[in-house]
Amino acid sequence: MKHVLAVLVEDKPGVLARVSGLFSRRGFNIDNIAVGETVTPGISRMTIAVEGSEKLVEQVIKQLHKLVNVIKVSNLSKESSVMRELMLVKVDVAVGYRSDIQQIVETFRGKVVDVSPESMVVEVTGDEEKMEAIKLLLQHYGIKEIVRTGKIALLRGALVTREG
Amino acid sequence: MKKKTASGSTMIVKALQEENVELIFGYPGGAVLPLYNRLYDSTLRHILVRHEQAAVHAADGYARVTGKPGVVFATSGPGATNLVTGIANAYMDSVPLVLITGQVPSSFIGTDAFQEADITGITLPITKHNYLVQDVSELPEILSEAFYLASTGRRGPVLIDVPKDIFDREAEFTYNKNRKIPGYNPTYEGHAGQVSRAVKAIRDANRPVIFGGGGLIRSEAAPVLREFAQKTRIPVILSLMGLGAFPGDDELYLGMPGMHGNITANYAMTEADLIIAAGVRFDDRVTGKLDAFANNAKIVHIDIDPAEIGKNVMIDVPIVGDVKSVLEALLKKIQPGDTGEWLAQIKNWQNDYPMPCALKSTGNAVKPQYVIRELSRLSPVDTIVATDVGQHQMWTAQHFIIRDPCKFLTSGGLGTMGYGFPAAVGAKLAAPDQPVICVTGDGSFQMNIQELATAVNNRLDIVIAVINNGYLGMVRQWQDIFYNKRYSQTALEGSPDFVRVAEAYGAIGLRATNEEETTQAVERAMAEKGPVVIDFRVEAEENVYPMVAPNCPINDIIIGGEQV
Repeated sequence: MKHVLAVLVEDKPGVLARVSGLFSRRGFNIDNIAVGETVTPGISRMTIAVEGSEKLVEQVIKQLHKLVNVIKVSNLSKESSVMRELMLVKVDVAVGYRSDIQQIVETFRGKVVDVSPESMVVEVTGDEEKMEAIKLLLQHYGIKEIVRTGKIALLRGALVTREG
Repeated sequence: MKKKTASGSTMIVKALQEENVELIFGYPGGAVLPLYNRLYDSTLRHILVRHEQAAVHAADGYARVTGKPGVVFATSGPGATNLVTGIANAYMDSVPLVLITGQVPSSFIGTDAFQEADITGITLPITKHNYLVQDVSELPEILSEAFYLASTGRRGPVLIDVPKDIFDREAEFTYNKNRKIPGYNPTYEGHAGQVSRAVKAIRDANRPVIFGGGGLIRSEAAPVLREFAQKTRIPVILSLMGLGAFPGDDELYLGMPGMHGNITANYAMTEADLIIAAGVRFDDRVTGKLDAFANNAKIVHIDIDPAEIGKNVMIDVPIVGDVKSVLEALLKKIQPGDTGEWLAQIKNWQNDYPMPCALKSTGNAVKPQYVIRELSRLSPVDTIVATDVGQHQMWTAQHFIIRDPCKFLTSGGLGTMGYGFPAAVGAKLAAPDQPVICVTGDGSFQMNIQELATAVNNRLDIVIAVINNGYLGMVRQWQDIFYNKRYSQTALEGSPDFVRVAEAYGAIGLRATNEEETTQAVERAMAEKGPVVIDFRVEAEENVYPMVAPNCPINDIIIGGEQV
């Protein structure tokens, strides 16, 4: 099962190495990780997607809590939450089909953010399913390059994930 | 008002004084020169070791005896990397240490400068926390955090890496102990609901055992455990790390479980319907094959580290908290069940399966078990025993009667050869009035034999009992049992004459090759001043029994050796 963890950390040197090092040495796999600031100065938020059994994720969370720079860990997969990631795709348009691609992008509410004689760069945001769906369609035309941010997530409603 | 400022070096010295540090174990070098220069003017006592690894082990021994954090100084690069084994050892056994390393000057960091090593990166997985000081103004807070982290919650080593220029820089200095750390808040009191569930489980149990470990010693829970066991009449099993948390000669004590554990302890653990696990972490050397471990038992697990609960075995009643306060809480509500029948069953096992142990030598050598029993018999009750790692360690765990906590120092988790002798040095400095014995092997002793200089220089009365079988005995034993007696690289040919090595360092060297000489040597060594090395020539191919092969159920025991 896939789990998405929201990890609030002190914004100190080496904290990313502490977290990623913990995953590798305990044999946990990170699917993806996204890091950014929060509304509280000095506190960053890591969104970590990890695949594994309930027992494994429980152990991951406990081990994360042991890191002194980690302030809070929440498993957002357990709650109702909004999850998004952003993907940029460079599509080969050397053989034409520019308008076909445009149509697909519009259907997925994406944007064309760069155009050149041989390629287009498409921006899409959404959940994992949507990313996979558009990727499948664009593959048909030839994908030259893909970059993804990794998931970010917030609880739905007024609830917040906050330190303390 | 003018604010008080201090240099980085002065901050460190003052912080150590604030924390009531009496002793520093260390070794100077280029990057840490400014700190040693400041130390020259202070009243702090520094023990100069002969290898940085020994500094950590000595600080570790000191910490295990006193319960206070051991403090280590070392220089950058090789000085720091030489600490690594000692740090990993302390981390695995949850020993509080504060280590301060010099680093190349800030402006040189990342340039592969002379004697530069990324010691915070290297020790990331083996410290409770570590710091690379970026600005001298952070240092007071880092120092107080380091002592607080090392000595609270689940204890552990904390390293502070200080670039050389930071030692000389000045900043405002005030020292506040026990600062609030946002991401660090250990739980000490057990959850009342879980405590009630444990009370009920104990009341309903017919065949309960207490399985205690090193956590009992760190939390000073031994007196509570004794009261608990006596009131409930529940027998006690102790892990290697827990030895001393319950009197080794008490009628309710069953011994150590696991690979070289007491047969009764293994049978009791397997047959128990309730295990009250207190400050233990179910190491593979204890559980053997996990699927077959204690299948008949409900398990109550008390530990200060929530991550240990449910890590290896499934737990029925998890109690996160300080093991002493949880045992006290249990004691208040406990309704003892009737364990009479169970204790009778245990008595039968004890009669049927005594510790297999040959004491009579057959050739021109003494039996190692005999040596350990003589050491145990002839040493006063307050004796501290430090061991190295291997056969002699297991024989000591089996045959040396440990009655009190903080009297048995051993490398449990990491299994570090070379730990014992420097740990004994730290122990003697921590408790000058208590006799200290280091039981070591001819392999282990040679891993830190240079510390004879430290022991002689500080006139430390330590008896170093070398169980000399001419082999890396435990590895040879595995080659004997699992590799068809193919003794690949385990014969220690070319070892020195330990008596003359001792004498060359200015210590006393004795040798014993039979039972009579053993008794005489131990008696004399206990009476002598300064370090005494006794070279016990023991039977070369004696094996440690009982033995459970790795990943086998712990009641599937190889009972070798002769019965007493």
